Amino acid sequence: MNAVATARAAYDCIVIGGGHNGLACAAYLARAGRSVLVLEAADRLGGAALTREFAPGFRVSAGAHLLHQMPARLIEELALEKHGLRWAAQSLPTAALAPDGAALLLSGSGPESIEGPVDREDTEGYARFMALMQRFAAVMNPMLEAVPPRLGTERWADRLSLMRLGWRIRRLGRRDMRELLRIAGMNVYDLLKEHFRSPLLQGALGFDAVLGTNFGPRAPGTVMTLLYRLAAQHGAGARALALPAGGLGAVADALAGAARAAGAEIRLTAPVARVTVAADRACGVTLQSGESIAARAVVSSADPQTSFLGLVGSEHLDTAFVRRVHHLRTRGLAAKLHLALDGLPKFSGLPAAAHGARLLIAPSLDYVEHAYNHSKYGAHSAAPALEITMPTLSDPGLAPTGKHVLSAIVQYAPYELTGGWAGQHEAFAQQLIDQLERHAPGLRSLVRERELLTPPDMEREFRISGGHWHHVDLALDQFYAVRPVPGATQHRTPLPGFYLCGAGCHPGGGVMGIAGRNAARQIIAGEPAQ
Amino acid sequence: MSDSAGTAPHYTRPLLPTPFHERARALSQVDSFVPWAGYTTVDVFTNAGQEYFAIRNACSVYDLTPMVKYRIAGPDAGRYLNRLVTRDLRKLRVNRVSYCVWCNDAGNIIDDGTVFRLGETEYRLCTAERQLDWLLDSAIGFDVQLSEVTEEIAALALQGPTSCAVLKKLGVTGIERLKPFEFSCFDATGMRLMISRTGFTGDLGYELWADPRQANQLWDALMTAGRSRGIRAIGSRALNMARIEAGFLMPNIDFVSAEGTVRVGTSRSPLELGLGWLVDFDKGHFTGRRALQEQMRQGLQRQLIGLDIAGNKPAANALLYADRKGQREIGSVTSAMWSPTCKRNIALAMVDAPHFAMGTTMWAEVYLSRELVWERRMCKAQVVDKPFFAPERRRVTPPGDF
Ligand SMILES: Cc1cc2nc3c(=O)[nH]c(=O)nc-3n(C[C@H](O)[C@H](O)[C@H](O)COP(=O)(O)OP(=O)(O)OC[C@H]3O[C@@H](n4cnc5c(N)ncnc54)[C@H](O)[C@@H]3O)c2cc1C
Repeated sequence: MNAVATARAAYDCIVIGGGHNGLACAAYLARAGRSVLVLEAADRLGGAALTREFAPGFRVSAGAHLLHQMPARLIEELALEKHGLRWAAQSLPTAALAPDGAALLLSGSGPESIEGPVDREDTEGYARFMALMQRFAAVMNPMLEAVPPRLGTERWADRLSLMRLGWRIRRLGRRDMRELLRIAGMNVYDLLKEHFRSPLLQGALGFDAVLGTNFGPRAPGTVMTLLYRLAAQHGAGARALALPAGGLGAVADALAGAARAAGAEIRLTAPVARVTVAADRACGVTLQSGESIAARAVVSSADPQTSFLGLVGSEHLDTAFVRRVHHLRTRGLAAKLHLALDGLPKFSGLPAAAHGARLLIAPSLDYVEHAYNHSKYGAHSAAPALEITMPTLSDPGLAPTGKHVLSAIVQYAPYELTGGWAGQHEAFAQQLIDQLERHAPGLRSLVRERELLTPPDMEREFRISGGHWHHVDLALDQFYAVRPVPGATQHRTPLPGFYLCGAGCHPGGGVMGIAGRNAARQIIAGEPAQ
Repeated sequence: MSDSAGTAPHYTRPLLPTPFHERARALSQVDSFVPWAGYTTVDVFTNAGQEYFAIRNACSVYDLTPMVKYRIAGPDAGRYLNRLVTRDLRKLRVNRVSYCVWCNDAGNIIDDGTVFRLGETEYRLCTAERQLDWLLDSAIGFDVQLSEVTEEIAALALQGPTSCAVLKKLGVTGIERLKPFEFSCFDATGMRLMISRTGFTGDLGYELWADPRQANQLWDALMTAGRSRGIRAIGSRALNMARIEAGFLMPNIDFVSAEGTVRVGTSRSPLELGLGWLVDFDKGHFTGRRALQEQMRQGLQRQLIGLDIAGNKPAANALLYADRKGQREIGSVTSAMWSPTCKRNIALAMVDAPHFAMGTTMWAEVYLSRELVWERRMCKAQVVDKPFFAPERRRVTPPGDF
């Protein structure tokens, strides 16, 4: 049966999902000479890294809205700039908005510097703190970009990669190493209180630690998530926080260009219903349309629950493995607000030139922690923390002339809202606009249209079960060598011929492409060429 | 059985009585009760030896009620069970029973039990230990309903050469047509009974599944019907002797449930337990399949085998050696007895490769107490075929009239 399936296989590999990781995986596979077919359920590419219209004439990066974690190396390797990737803005600074008074400006590149309402101690402290963090980030970056070892094996490759990590930490020197080990398990709240006095500065840095996670700044492990973010950013190099011209969808388009140029085929509106299994091997897929396509291997960029429980099915997997997948924490806490504006709003305390920065509403650590509290009890924040971009300032083509787009990530908005989202969606959107109005008086009257995406909305639109930023929550027990679950690390799965390449794998979510690239390597190593 | 438990708080009665408890209590002469799965059950009524001979020579009644029973129903029930156990259950027809084991992901046995196919989409699973957590976890992704029905069903094992005759006497018409591993529903003396031709003795025998409210009626009717055929109530000790002769394994004696082990290397796969005939690699996926296939590829490191041991002293828990001096340890005995029926000193033992090959000889270190003066003996032992006792009558349909 297996021999028959293999003989007829039309492709070396089918990639399920045309999100950025699926496309990166396809591109690397195709460049290695494999015949590849990408099947995307939606009628466009990009997954949660996309650009689409949300109001007539207004387009927005409707999922991820900043590119800051894609390794410069990957962009080069796949020649994404040659395939059309352009930059509307690079090295964006961050502006921490104050409830009243001047905003705090954090530089976006080069030596870390700070401008605004902080004393000298905090100013100098910030440079020192960031330098230390950057050293740690540099140590962690290779761990982030490599396939993690498997635990408890006797294999040398696994031991070696653990030893390398240990060695890199050791090489930090005694003082830094001690400090890293001291803070690694800490919560970011305590760490930032140790270092800084300005609540505004603390809030801004604390927000970065919890952005996209299911934590508040007082949760243990949040220093780790901050370091993780910085480590990913480290790989992105000088470009740091960037806005691709045309929105995040442009990244997907460039990746698709690279994949196609190397020979990959891409089909849209082709939702996969099931992975075909014969003789205990993945040997193709069946589309929802009923069409079957054979392949010698299948790799899924859909989230692990969708991939295993939906597409493969428990029937082909062992009980404890299925239980682990079933118990993954996958409920998202971040919402997305899009505003189509008739003019440019004016944020108080923010210089006109800084409106194109990444704006944060996270005025203190307690503010963020309070915002988080609600979500523990099934409510959305009364006063959420926000990350705001107005991409039209550097990329006016996203809106009709003179008009603007505001895109905001909103924390926290639980997937499972008590009472359900249906009755509260409208009021929450209204509440967010009121909140923005307080920071930018007159904004409300500029709002022509708005769109609020809650985690359930994103679950529907992006087909991510739970609507989570990272597909699978990024926390110590779902991290690195055990991500997404033991038995499915290293992009391999218990089902021979079936691989994972999405954000559910190490190193997690964020538009990086690393999971896609590393999965391709594992497939190339594990599946001999035809 | 909330009526028998009364209104007292549950913790005042940590062990429940079975529906047959009243009758068992009345017959118990040595007051030897043991806990089993939350119930108090008889270990010995009068004398384990006498009870054993009732199993082998006449007919025995054993209270099976504490056996944990699950109802598994729904459109996916068959697919669900086929993924749970190592055997191919796609072939299991309605009114048939299958003896099965199920494994964890690592291919080690969690438990064994019997699967009854009650209907197109309804099954019953009987196990020695509670398994609801594992069964529920296994149900993720399947459209099945699971419920424990232990308390809803009173069960008796009627085992021994005269068991068929006793049932006929009871008025169970057509019982002689029931084939091994078949079951059916019967009306007898005003009771509705489900009867399966199954058991744990390796002999002709049946298991009776009834409404607990009719427990006393059933017990009395059986005892009356069986009087002329030597019927006798037995406890667990006698049954344990019979099951060793029949080569059946006992959880926590011959193996430890894989989900209950803590130490590395103490779990056992069905291949290691000599149950390879229960593992079907061609039926599609089941939990543990990939691990078991890997074990096949690598070859077994140990296996459970039957031993014939010189002398007549049971080699309980004996360590086994390749040499008479006792320098090369190769395994240990898990169950042992002097078999009165086979007239052999038999044992089940876990033995390292390559010593489990049929015919291999080894030495068992047996300790004997002679009025508290201990003596160590090295007894020669040989790997032999299991089961030790397998009379033709267990299979013959219709059974002979003993
Ligand atoms: C609110 C929010 C804001 C974010 N902001 C940022 C940000 O600013 N910067 C950043 O770097 N990251 C951000 N992220 C994270 C980032 O968007 C994701 O982690 C990333 O896009 C995941 O990419 P992926 O390719 O692994 O998976 P996805 O983008 O989820 O792609 C998976 C693809 O698989 C497809 N698919 C699923 N099932 C099937 C099927 N059965 N058949 C066919 N196709 C299927 C889906 O349609 C989808 O296209 C944000 C996430 C959220 C939720």
